[in-house]
Amino acid sequence: MAKQFLSFTVNGEPVEVLVQPYVTLLDALREDLGLTGPKEGCGTGDCGACSIHLDGQLVASCLVLAMQARGRSVTTIEGLARGGTLTPLQDAFVRRGVAQCGFCIPGVLMAAAALLAENARPSEDDIRYAIAGNLCRCTGYTKMIEAISEAAGMAPRTAAGVKG
Amino acid sequence: MRRFDLVTPVSIDDCLGALKGRGPEVKVLAGGTDLIAQLKVGMLKVAVVVDLSGVADLRVLEGDAQRGFRIGAAVTARTLERDATLRAALPSLSESGALVGSIQIRNLATLGGNVCNAAPSADMAPPLVALDAEAVIAGSGGRRRVPMASFFKGVRQTVLAPDELLIEFAVPATGPRSGGAYLRHTPRRELDIAVVGVASQVSLVDGVCRKARIALAAVAPVPVRATAAEQALEGQPLTPQAIARAADLAVDAARPISDQRGSAEFRRHLVRVLTRRTLTLALARATA
Repeated sequence: MAKQFLSFTVNGEPVEVLVQPYVTLLDALREDLGLTGPKEGCGTGDCGACSIHLDGQLVASCLVLAMQARGRSVTTIEGLARGGTLTPLQDAFVRRGVAQCGFCIPGVLMAAAALLAENARPSEDDIRYAIAGNLCRCTGYTKMIEAISEAAGMAPRTAAGVKG
Repeated sequence: MRRFDLVTPVSIDDCLGALKGRGPEVKVLAGGTDLIAQLKVGMLKVAVVVDLSGVADLRVLEGDAQRGFRIGAAVTARTLERDATLRAALPSLSESGALVGSIQIRNLATLGGNVCNAAPSADMAPPLVALDAEAVIAGSGGRRRVPMASFFKGVRQTVLAPDELLIEFAVPATGPRSGGAYLRHTPRRELDIAVVGVASQVSLVDGVCRKARIALAAVAPVPVRATAAEQALEGQPLTPQAIARAADLAVDAARPISDQRGSAEFRRHLVRVLTRRTLTLALARATA
C-alpha cells in the first residue's frame, strides 16, 4: 500500500507530508509532524482529548483520516498562541491552576476556543454544553468553567484565593 | 487500524465509478464517526474506503417550509442543529441533530452516515420518517427514491446495494400549520445513546389534525411508525385526551428488547411518555 501525498495547512504553515491512507489525522499530527498536544484518549471519539480545529470547526482528530485534511486548515493547541503569547483563555487556565494531570487540557482549550470564536459572551450553560465532549477525570470541571468565563470577560480576572 | 486503500472522488459520478462492481469490501466514508471507530475496533474489515469529503454536491442544503428541503447526505449533524431556516421549518430534525454525540462528533457526523449506519437507536432517522422524507439513491442504472419509512431492512441493514450511493434526502413541504418534535430518553444529558426516541409531526386544518406521523427509535430492529396512533389522531382535534390515547396506541407499535440500556417494559413506558410529549410540543409549534 503506497503512501499518499498530503498537502495542508497546520497552525498557519503550509505542510507537505507522505502518509499511509489508513492513518488518522491525530497520528499524522503526533507522529509525522511532532505535534503531541492533541492526545489519544479513547481513539473512538468519546473523550475529546484529540480535539483540534479543522477549517475552524472543532473535531475529534482520532476519527478523521489524515488524507481527509488535504487542502484544509488544521489548528492544534500548539497553534492557539501565536507569536509566543498565550491567548487570554490559556492565560486564565494557567493562572487559575486548571490543569491537574493535564491530559484533557489541550482538547478542552480547543473546545473552549471554538466556543469563544462563535459566542463571545457564553453563559455557564453554554460553556458546559461546549465542553460536554471533553472528559476530565481530575478537575470536576469547575475551574475550567471559571477560567473560560474569565476569558470571555464574564468572571473576575483572578479567582478568590489565587495569586494573580 | 487495519490497512486499506483510499479513493478520493470529487463528484457523485466518480463515487459511483469507484463503487461499480464492488461488494462489501468497499465502504463509503462520510463523517467517519461510526466507520472509523468500527474499523479501529475490528468490527468492520474493508479493502477500499471511498472518502466523500471532496464531493461538494453531497453537502447541498436548500429549501424552506413552503417548498420542502433538499438535504445532502453529507450535511453534518452540527449544520442541522444550527441552520436557522432548517431549525425553524424542521425542528424535529434539527433537535435530533443536536442530540448526536458531542460538538466534536457533530461537526463530522453526517445525516446520510447516521441513516446508512442503520443503528436502531439512530436519532436522526425518526424525524426523517415522520417528515415523509425520501432517500435519493444514485446507482449505475440512474437514480431512485425510497421513502425513509421503507429504507431500513434490519439492524445495520438498508435497501442500499453495495454499488449504490445515498446522495440526498427530499423532505416534502410541511405546510403552514405544521409542527414537529423529537425527544429521546438517555440516562446522561450528553454523549449517550437513546433508550427510546420519538419523532412526531402534525398538520392542522381548521383546528383539526389533517395528518399525523409518529416514528419510534430503539424499540425495534428498524425505526417504526406508530400507524394506529397516527390514524386515531387524523380527523380529530388534538385535545389532551386524543394525544393521551395516541400515546397508548403508540406503545403497541413498539417491539422492544431488554438490554443494558433498558428493559422492554421501561421502553414501552418511554414510548407512551415521549409520544405524548412530542405530540404536545408538535401541536404547540403548529399553532404558534
